Amino acid sequence: MPGKISRWISWLMILVALLIGVSLLSLAVGAVRIPAKETLSLLVKRILFWQNYPFENTSASIILFKIRLPRLILGIVVGAALSSSGVIFQGMFRNPLVEPYTLGVSGGAAVAVCIMIITGLSKTFSQLIPLSGFLGAIGATILVYFIASSGGRLAIPTLLLTGVIVSFFSSSLIMLLMSISGLEELHGITFWIMGNLQETNLSLILPVSFILLGGIFTSFLFARDLNALSLGEEEAQHLGIEVERTKKILFVLASLLAGVAVSVSGVIGFVGLMIPHFIRNVIDVDHRILLPASVIAGSTFLVGADIVARTILSPRELPVGIITGIIGGIIFIYIIRKRKVEFRW
Amino acid sequence: MEEELLKIKNLWSGYKETDILKGINLVIKKGDFCGVVGPNGAGKTTLLKNITRILPSRRGKIFLKGRDIAQINTRQLAQKIAVVPQFSVFWFSFTVRDFILLGRIPYLPRFYLEKKEDYQIVEEAMELTGTTDLRERRIGELSGGERQKVVIARSLAQKPEFLLLDEPASHLDIKHQLDILNLIDKLNKEEGVTILMISHDLNLTSHYASKLILMKEGMIFARGTPQEVITEENIKKVYEIKVKINSDGKEKPVINLW
Repeated sequence: MPGKISRWISWLMILVALLIGVSLLSLAVGAVRIPAKETLSLLVKRILFWQNYPFENTSASIILFKIRLPRLILGIVVGAALSSSGVIFQGMFRNPLVEPYTLGVSGGAAVAVCIMIITGLSKTFSQLIPLSGFLGAIGATILVYFIASSGGRLAIPTLLLTGVIVSFFSSSLIMLLMSISGLEELHGITFWIMGNLQETNLSLILPVSFILLGGIFTSFLFARDLNALSLGEEEAQHLGIEVERTKKILFVLASLLAGVAVSVSGVIGFVGLMIPHFIRNVIDVDHRILLPASVIAGSTFLVGADIVARTILSPRELPVGIITGIIGGIIFIYIIRKRKVEFRW
Repeated sequence: MEEELLKIKNLWSGYKETDILKGINLVIKKGDFCGVVGPNGAGKTTLLKNITRILPSRRGKIFLKGRDIAQINTRQLAQKIAVVPQFSVFWFSFTVRDFILLGRIPYLPRFYLEKKEDYQIVEEAMELTGTTDLRERRIGELSGGERQKVVIARSLAQKPEFLLLDEPASHLDIKHQLDILNLIDKLNKEEGVTILMISHDLNLTSHYASKLILMKEGMIFARGTPQEVITEENIKKVYEIKVKINSDGKEKPVINLW
């Protein structure tokens, strides 16, 4: 039906335009305001001449390319990864309350990071926190998988329950670690758990971005399967989907997206839970539009929230995870109240 | 000689340690309207799950047009066999048309959009099932009878040769039960779809089906025309109740409980 497709394409164009707008804004504003004209001209020069263009050692150029641009890239890929992970989990679990962290990914990452901070190992070399966060996330995912799977099959209720239990277990461990840690460590842990986009090291951000974008595009290939799974597992099999295999792939994919995102940005909440609901209500429940639209909307939302986090108490910076919760919560309550028809799930 | 669509040879299957099906042999010919009846726990749904490969067999084989279904991939199987479950739970509020379009999934490559002919097939399925007027409604808003018709329309969008139904009308009122059965009958007679329908309603099933299978404790107790299967003696032996049957042997049997 051409009507549906042109509607989908218009929405994608609107979302992309919003993302571009928010991105430019995020480059221009902050503790130091770079005039829009200068921001644009620096960017254009950089893009046109790329490596041939000599790096200007002006403060504007340094702020733009060494601080804000890496942060923008990080915000875009993390927001995209969290919302696609949320779409996948909510679709395969057929459960509106599931989010990227439900299956213990964030708990595992947080425990590992806590240990690194408390033991002081995190000071030994700079990439140890993301690395341990990633290993913790993967560890929790493997643990959940092996506890929940039986005879090569993944039963969804068991998987969900196991994830919740592992998350609870991890948060108790974190509290234990926090209760025995000193003030400085405590602050480090709290700040990490609240989620932030302060990583500016491009040699970490770029490979992470490629992994996340690869995962996101892979998830697009499963839109049809997610549509079938949203009817139930037996129905999906009746529609020709290899259900057990697909569930395993999706579980690994969504956990990987969430795990990598957590390892570089901490536990940024709300994006993965609410962006998919938002898109389902505003655009469509079909995963072929739900996935790409949520990805772009997730990026836009996180980059926007980060602008607020950086500027609202400037020069102080707030953890962006706090802002996503507050802004997202308010927007969402507004949408639920404003809708004339019932909230769609 | 009519073509053999499905052939089951000495099928054993079950859950965990228990065998539910104990040596089922069955042939369904193209164009049959076959009713499967029997008490709860007789293995009717287990049989259906074996045909759709939801449940693996322990012994024995199932052939679809001469091919072992264990050798057919899930996608090809979905192009031949469609299933209408007893209940459908709707987690996401698709519109009726988009929901029926999901029936085209077995034909759809990854991340492709449906083509014109897919929409054409969906229109036909809606027309056949009388759901055309519902197309823009959300499935969550439909009544039980409308929902079941929409689910049948989705199964028709799969363009199946073989339609399996698990008590498709048991939770509906008598008017909607008749609606659904007339629809299934029409699909069988006019569209040439082979039907296998599980039901607890012996009278209704006898009236519509051309063949009946009466199951008891994982085996086929009796098979044949409704007149041959629904006898006072068979009912006594399988259901352990005494009934009176009004039939002269030519008309379809009608059971009187009192």
